[in-house]
Amino acid sequence: MNKDDQNRMKKLLQQALPPVKDDSEPSRDLWPAMLRRLDTRPAAPELTGWAWFDGALAAGLVALIAFSPASIPVILYYL
Amino acid sequence: MQNGESDVLNQFQQGDVAAFETLFHQHQRAVYGWILRITRNPAAAEDLTIETFWRIFSARARFDPARGFEGWARRIATRATLDWLRAKKTESELSAETLAEVAAPFEADPAVTAEIRRKTAIAFSRLPPKLRIAATLAVIEEQPQKDVAAALGISVAAVKLRVFRALRLLRKDLERQGITP
Repeated sequence: MNKDDQNRMKKLLQQALPPVKDDSEPSRDLWPAMLRRLDTRPAAPELTGWAWFDGALAAGLVALIAFSPASIPVILYYL
Repeated sequence: MQNGESDVLNQFQQGDVAAFETLFHQHQRAVYGWILRITRNPAAAEDLTIETFWRIFSARARFDPARGFEGWARRIATRATLDWLRAKKTESELSAETLAEVAAPFEADPAVTAEIRRKTAIAFSRLPPKLRIAATLAVIEEQPQKDVAAALGISVAAVKLRVFRALRLLRKDLERQGITP
């Protein structure tokens, strides 16, 4: 898809979905609802470090890159 | 940053609900507006604003007052909205009236029929959420790419790539429907 195609698609998209008004605001003050949410659902405890699966995922990724450097562009593409 | 503002941020970080309320009232409109740009659904944007601030309060210990509140809040709002987009149906459930209500006035191109606009909007709603968010913010809302990148936690180059992929997938979908953009 060349630059002209991209510009055509951008214009079509802007026609289909015009931008949202700049002065949009909530229909009501949301603080009372926020307070109810804080009361009914205590804030989750803070995570102090990596979960085990984060470490496993990172190790897998490092192993994949080490054994198959050709996978680097594919990984970057999906980031 | 002024002393008063800095105090509020530090108090919020320590779990002070009054400081959190101050920040909530200072930023709820901006957070709501950012989410509305992505969802185009006022009711969902209100719910997601509350979800965002709940996540903000939960993550207060990780907040760095030196880096400011707005960008951090925007990033959490974008993440909450991405989760919502992933969970909801792909087809747009919004009525034309709702879409018209949130949209700014614009000059309609007579060459683009209402049917093509409708099909384009539906095809766009079928895109993967992470591509849709990037294209919504960068193309439709014309937000600076560095702001989009910061909100998504990716590089500007990655934003450009996501927008490119979104437009390419959108074009393919429209072509399958017999529409040649």
